[in-house]
Amino acid sequence: MKREWYPLFLHLSRRVVVLLLTVLAGVYLTILIANMGGRVDDLRLMQIRGEIAESVREDAAFREMASSERNALIEQRVALEVERLGLDRPFIVRSFGYLQRAMLLDLGRAEQMHSDSGSRSVRAIITERLPATLLLFGTANLLLFAISVWLALRLSRRYGSLLDRSVVGLAPTSAAPAWFYGMFLILLFAFIAPVLPPGGMVATPPPEGRLAWLGSLLQHMALPLMAILLSQLFVSIYAWRTYFLIHAGEDYVEMARAKGLPERLIERRYILRPALPPILTSLLLMLISLWSGSIILEQVFNWPGLGTLLFAAIGMNDTPVVIGSVVIFAYLLAATVLLLDLAYAALDPRVRIGGAAR
Amino acid sequence: MSIWRERGRRLLRYPSAVAGLALVALLIAISLYTVVAIPYTTAVEQWRGGEAWRFHPVNASPVWLDRLRGGHSARTIHVQGGEVETVRTFAGGHQQRQRLVFHYRYDGFPNEINLFLAASGVSGEPFVNLTWQRPDGSEVALGNHRVSGHVRVALSQDWALERRLEQPAHVGLLQVPDAAEPKPLHGQYTLLIDSVLFGDGAELAADLVLYGRVHGLAGTDHQRRDLLLALLWGTPVALAFGLLAAAGTTVTTLIIAAAGVWYGGRVDATIQRLTEINMILPLLPILVMIGTLYSTSIWLMLGVVVALGLFSASIKMYRAMLLPLREAPWVEAARAYGASDARIILRYLVPRLLPVLIPTLVTLIPAFVFLEASLAVLGLGDPLLPTWGKVLNDAREQSALYFGHYYWIVGPAALLLLTGLGFAMLGFALDRVFNPRLRGR
Repeated sequence: MKREWYPLFLHLSRRVVVLLLTVLAGVYLTILIANMGGRVDDLRLMQIRGEIAESVREDAAFREMASSERNALIEQRVALEVERLGLDRPFIVRSFGYLQRAMLLDLGRAEQMHSDSGSRSVRAIITERLPATLLLFGTANLLLFAISVWLALRLSRRYGSLLDRSVVGLAPTSAAPAWFYGMFLILLFAFIAPVLPPGGMVATPPPEGRLAWLGSLLQHMALPLMAILLSQLFVSIYAWRTYFLIHAGEDYVEMARAKGLPERLIERRYILRPALPPILTSLLLMLISLWSGSIILEQVFNWPGLGTLLFAAIGMNDTPVVIGSVVIFAYLLAATVLLLDLAYAALDPRVRIGGAAR
Repeated sequence: MSIWRERGRRLLRYPSAVAGLALVALLIAISLYTVVAIPYTTAVEQWRGGEAWRFHPVNASPVWLDRLRGGHSARTIHVQGGEVETVRTFAGGHQQRQRLVFHYRYDGFPNEINLFLAASGVSGEPFVNLTWQRPDGSEVALGNHRVSGHVRVALSQDWALERRLEQPAHVGLLQVPDAAEPKPLHGQYTLLIDSVLFGDGAELAADLVLYGRVHGLAGTDHQRRDLLLALLWGTPVALAFGLLAAAGTTVTTLIIAAAGVWYGGRVDATIQRLTEINMILPLLPILVMIGTLYSTSIWLMLGVVVALGLFSASIKMYRAMLLPLREAPWVEAARAYGASDARIILRYLVPRLLPVLIPTLVTLIPAFVFLEASLAVLGLGDPLLPTWGKVLNDAREQSALYFGHYYWIVGPAALLLLTGLGFAMLGFALDRVFNPRLRGR
């Protein structure tokens, strides 16, 4: 046993290091893009100057001041604000600061936005929104995974049946993303036949009592979940059915059949087992695309998650929040990849022994 | 080449492939027609909105939709000029009477009534007196106006008139008098324009517009723009974006994967690491960031999509498929005759994966078409071009669903769906034909 676990540990720690380096590179790239070659700094400088000039002009205490004196005051305040935000140092220097703090998840303070509880800390803002995203997309993925693997197994058994052919026929509907179906679902179930709420996470005002709150949450989750399932279900059933069919045609499956093993055992041990690594890979790729797509699905359903937050932050030019959200996205993606590595190691003995396929 | 002909023949045996091909052909035909019939500059110019659309109704639904439901809602009635009779002339000008005549036969009332007056060749501002004559002979005085240059008389926004008629003008002027429920009175209406014009050869151009509740094939939006323009122009834009992005990402990715496999060693390792970094870069958030901070030009977006797609996850898949080919005897033969690295990569390795590449490319097209629409729905559509996504975004911003303007969303959405389905069906069938391992499955 020990000899088996040591290479696994080595493999996984190597993967963690590689993934961390990957996140580092990804986050730094994001910071570079978010800064857009100094363009954002100019924008913010203009914004700061405008706001300070406005506040000085409106302040009754300064009304009697001569204009040159007032301008000097504005300049002084702008300089103070620039220093407060650290804008006086060159970007490259600041970028490494951003990077170091981002990697340690010390995400700094937001410039414009604040959390619902009033905190300016980016981490507070994000942790407030993260559960909503995790809840929606986690549930969606688990449902998607369970339903499609189960159905795909059943379909591969009844290959060529009407149900099978209709799933194959429906697979191209997945060309449209979840938000697209979401729009139709909102049209159908919130406006033509108003049975479900068109957006949000719970009713406003939030219902009293845990059970009522949960019920309201489930009601609000129904449409986005349906949208995700509609857009992904058929293609994943189709893809996995094909894997199962390919694996069902292998010689060792025929052999097991010839031995007279029960069909269920063959399915579980001879078909499902070797097909699991590719299934996991496609699950992972789907999860990644879902994370990335969350920004628009949440926008369509007005779901108070990371995507909506990121969009609002971009609209407000709040760079720390933007970088913070993208960092969290990068960490989410990296965590997904690491999870896949773990699962691979658990499923594929070749990885455990260290002779992983090239 | 006969293998390609054979594959083509096998492809046509799938009904879904035929349907997909038909849809794609239809979309291409629409694109070609659009690009020829409505030049790019005209489309961009018109979509900017404004004066060009003043004779179009606001938020009118498609005609066919109404007629299909058995309705007979008002279409736009536009009466121009009318017969002019000179009543009397005096030194430095004349008095004239113009009649704008139209028949009203629709079941409902129009949306709005506007009168556009434009005087030309005048030395002073003309005086105009307006009288509305109903089919039953009754008359409504619409008041006096002074025409300075171009004037829009918005009858539906004339509050004094509305108080007099106890209805907005577009209902009150057309209804059966003293009916319990407002009902339009059918028959011939006349708008009398009595005017005094100063100056020799002075003319008064008059346009009476009764804006309909239905318009054309696709309806209109809140800025009176005909949605058909956006639906038509959206087609070539979507196809071009989808095709270029899909081709740009898949072909380059394959070449990079082949180069990595061929050179091996450090090149391969670098490509692998870049792919992994690329995997955790969230594409849509980055695009949104670039769109808000820099520019929403569709071509810039295309560039970014291709740049971020260079090292996409499919490199891993291609690499796994190319690795065994590297040691193949025909590659060795090529090496033996002194083929260059580039030649081996481009002529020996890459073509081998075309059967995988082509279906992937076709299936990827809708993904990028929808990506463009996603950006537009987030408010980051191209600033100039009319696209399907921008129409969807307008509809969402104007709460089209809440006000019941379903056509506004359904039109572009249906086109998006058709594009998606067409390419996806074709791609799925291509995959089954080109990758015989799955054939018949």
